[in-house]
Amino acid sequence: MAEIGLQEVTELAMLARLRLSTDETETMRRELQQILTAMDALAAVPTEGVAAMTHAVPMDLRLRPDAVMPSLTPAEALAAAPATAGDHFVVPAAIGPHE
Amino acid sequence: MSTDAVLPQLLEEWEPVIGLEIHVQLGSVSKAFSSSATTFGEPPNSLTDPLVLGMPGTLPVYNQRAAELAVALGVATSSKIRARSRFARKHYFYPDLPKGYQITQSDEPLCEEGTLDVLMGTQRMAIRLQRIHLEEDAGKSSHHGTVSHVDLNRAGVPLVEVVTAPELHSAEEAAEFMRSLHRLVRWLGISDGDMEKGQMRCDANVSVRRRGEDRLGTRTELKNINSFRFVQNAIDNEIVRQIRLLETGERVLRETRLWDATANASFPMRSKEEANDYRYFPDPDLPPLLIDGPMMARVMQTLPTLPGPRFERYREWGITGDDARTLIGERALSDYFEAAIAALPSVGCNAVAHAKAVGNWLLTTLLGALNRDGKSIAESPFPATALAAIVGLIEGGTISGKIAKDVFDEAYQTGAEPAAIVAAKGLVQISNPAELLPIISRLLVENPKQIEAYRNGNEKMLGYFVGKVMKATDGKANPQVLNDLLRKALVPA
Repeated sequence: MAEIGLQEVTELAMLARLRLSTDETETMRRELQQILTAMDALAAVPTEGVAAMTHAVPMDLRLRPDAVMPSLTPAEALAAAPATAGDHFVVPAAIGPHE
Repeated sequence: MSTDAVLPQLLEEWEPVIGLEIHVQLGSVSKAFSSSATTFGEPPNSLTDPLVLGMPGTLPVYNQRAAELAVALGVATSSKIRARSRFARKHYFYPDLPKGYQITQSDEPLCEEGTLDVLMGTQRMAIRLQRIHLEEDAGKSSHHGTVSHVDLNRAGVPLVEVVTAPELHSAEEAAEFMRSLHRLVRWLGISDGDMEKGQMRCDANVSVRRRGEDRLGTRTELKNINSFRFVQNAIDNEIVRQIRLLETGERVLRETRLWDATANASFPMRSKEEANDYRYFPDPDLPPLLIDGPMMARVMQTLPTLPGPRFERYREWGITGDDARTLIGERALSDYFEAAIAALPSVGCNAVAHAKAVGNWLLTTLLGALNRDGKSIAESPFPATALAAIVGLIEGGTISGKIAKDVFDEAYQTGAEPAAIVAAKGLVQISNPAELLPIISRLLVENPKQIEAYRNGNEKMLGYFVGKVMKATDGKANPQVLNDLLRKALVPA
């Protein structure tokens, strides 16, 4: 059976940018453990020869024609921003570009 | 000592191994998963919508044009196109990515196992591609002391990421790969590939190993190398850095380094180890992307002949490697050349035999005039059929090469047909000896001293007489016929 420890929960919380108290970490560990246990039950279903699927019913991706529709105005886009400068969002300094 | 100076010596013992990851923006007018425009250079945050902003309750719908452009690149690189490919979420937190994840493709990418036809100088080489997958671009942040400013106009622009096998072995090869991919995406009309606008961006995985060693060395990932020149500098610099570490008994750390073009050096990116856990999983909002028969047919229908085969054909026609490379440098130029060649039979010329002459006229005379006027080949006032006509007039003996330049100038300026100019101005070359001999006889009588000099072995005097006859005929004498007649006439009776 898959086990999840407090250390893994702490790491996941860091990746998800969540600050958890010790109590919350333990609660989260217990709930995640229940989910994993349920997954173990699913793993018992024989799936040999069955293609992996992401949806319970067969669905294909619908595509959209390449057409431009009106965008939000900068003011609308920035309406919920905690801080702005001109038409930019302002965030605490982030170093270096990502991907 | 500079990198250039020490590198050749180091490479006698060490072999660099390089793989590239190149992001190319697809040239659709709207974003990958929503309908905001993809235009470059608009006011900050003027091209967003609820999906781009990562608002709750929004759902992504993929752009058909983007899918078709990516499939075209797949076909042009002989990739296996997956009939069902899947979108995945790649999770990381960065302010230019409002959703907290990037939509990309992970273990079921659109294209696999392709090859890119790369021109290394004037040699063709097939470089294997591991994959080409679809993803979306992030926004742009600019850093100002303790804060960063974020503009999300670029967020959601459709991208393909092209990943090569680790089989490039020098910075020059990496730069040539970039140039070939750049040429191809422009050729296919997939992207303008403008690196200054970030439409094509390159990361390089670099490692070195002692020659003869099978195992790969520890690699570093170089980011932010966004011009052909940077690619070469950054990789050369990294190769030297790694070899120096290993030669002094140190280790190469597996890390991501950021190229700083101003400092001409790379620096390790500050990163937390755990940040590399992207927790990929299939995006539940996006069912598998199906590439069906009709879409493949649409793509195949619009696919032009590729630059590689055209290069090969031009070489077979006797065009030099450098000229063939220039001709395929841009599709508009190559198409112009093809159109001129296609018009040759209609002016009585053999296409293959006179391709070289057409190439020379195109690359030297026409491009010279266009460059002088700041025009592109697409804006040429001188059509491909006119170029064929000029070559036809020369090769058919109607006009001399020298007169042809004047005819070209006039046709280029006025748009008149070359044959019409020749007829109107009476420029037809004089090849009939009966017309030339009386002029020659008169000159012989008028210039006894020069005849004497020629007969005493001064070969240059032949040129003197050629010049005289040309002057007398307004340059219309057929040079070859004239030379023959003069040589005979100047022999002592």
